[in-house]
Amino acid sequence: RVSSDGKPPKFQPPPKPIIIDRKTQKEERRFLSPEFIPPRGRTDPLKYYIERKDMIQRRKVFSIPEFYVGSVLAVTTADPYASDKSKRFVGICIQRGGKGLGATFVLRNVIEDQGVEICYELYSPRIQAIEVLKLEKRLDENLMYLRDALPEYSTFDVNMKPVPRMEHEEIPVNKLQVRMKPKPWSKRWERPKYNIKGIKFELPEHKMKAAQKWSQPWLEFDMLREYDTSKIEAKIRKELSEELEK
Amino acid sequence: SAVIQRQFSITGACQAIQKLTRVRVVDNSTLGNTPYHRPPKCIHVYNKTGVGKVGDKILLAIKGEKKKALIVGHKMPGPTMTPRFDSNNVVLIEDNGNPIGTRIKTPIPYTLRRREGEFSKVLAIARNFV
Repeated sequence: RVSSDGKPPKFQPPPKPIIIDRKTQKEERRFLSPEFIPPRGRTDPLKYYIERKDMIQRRKVFSIPEFYVGSVLAVTTADPYASDKSKRFVGICIQRGGKGLGATFVLRNVIEDQGVEICYELYSPRIQAIEVLKLEKRLDENLMYLRDALPEYSTFDVNMKPVPRMEHEEIPVNKLQVRMKPKPWSKRWERPKYNIKGIKFELPEHKMKAAQKWSQPWLEFDMLREYDTSKIEAKIRKELSEELEK
Repeated sequence: SAVIQRQFSITGACQAIQKLTRVRVVDNSTLGNTPYHRPPKCIHVYNKTGVGKVGDKILLAIKGEKKKALIVGHKMPGPTMTPRFDSNNVVLIEDNGNPIGTRIKTPIPYTLRRREGEFSKVLAIARNFV
């Protein structure tokens, strides 16, 4: 570009590069599987350390993807009695339990009007592949109420295609309010002990009020029940990232 | 909309299938599918313990007659990696092991395949496996 005087334009230094340290940001936000966090108790932390080493060993050989309660998974397991020696089951994860190597997750699906639930062990050598078809969270940590909900909320197509998802996107929270079958239910889900937000209760007002009789509002202030996992989590995250890089 | 309450009580899953459990017949036999004012109930379990799990034979009382049946799924959670069904499923069977129905639409657990010799005919009419 020629300026009005005929002289060359004034030197403009390039803009300073903005350094965004993505690595530390990523590490803070990265998902830590809940079975790594040791339960509150008086056992020797050495036991959990040894278990974690075994879990990391297994994860190096077999990748366990990130998933939450409410995401749809497809699991292929080895079975000597199945044709082709392996069987595939698609379902929504309704519960993640257990700590350490015995961590389990329960998948639920309705096949031919029959509700089926299978409890899989995450670190079992019989599992050949875990595929996340739809990664999403729900309003609750435990979706056991799907057993008493209308079957349409638990049916998932066996040949479902994985829903594409961009990396670095927030995990979507499905704010679905599920409609239930008429009472009696397997558990009284309207009671505050279960603290369920994902059900559309169509019960009369006096029933909802009567259920609040069993509320224990002092529980959230109970100091002996507090379990702050932030420091433990940070330590375990560091350990994991070191081990997985080796 | 008001929630209609059904006038019966259900017990939670206690011990899989035992005497007096109401079961659901899963095959397409006439005896199992014709409606009756009483649900089919178990009256005896052919087992050392009185508790029937998947693959055990039981005696059912259906429509006023006694019939043997094979348990193909129960509400009680079993060993991990095995399926747990939302209803106690049963397939009507003769004394020699031949199934009475001709088709089983509901899914059957793969663990029944272990006893291929006894249940080969039942497995042959099953469509879906879980």
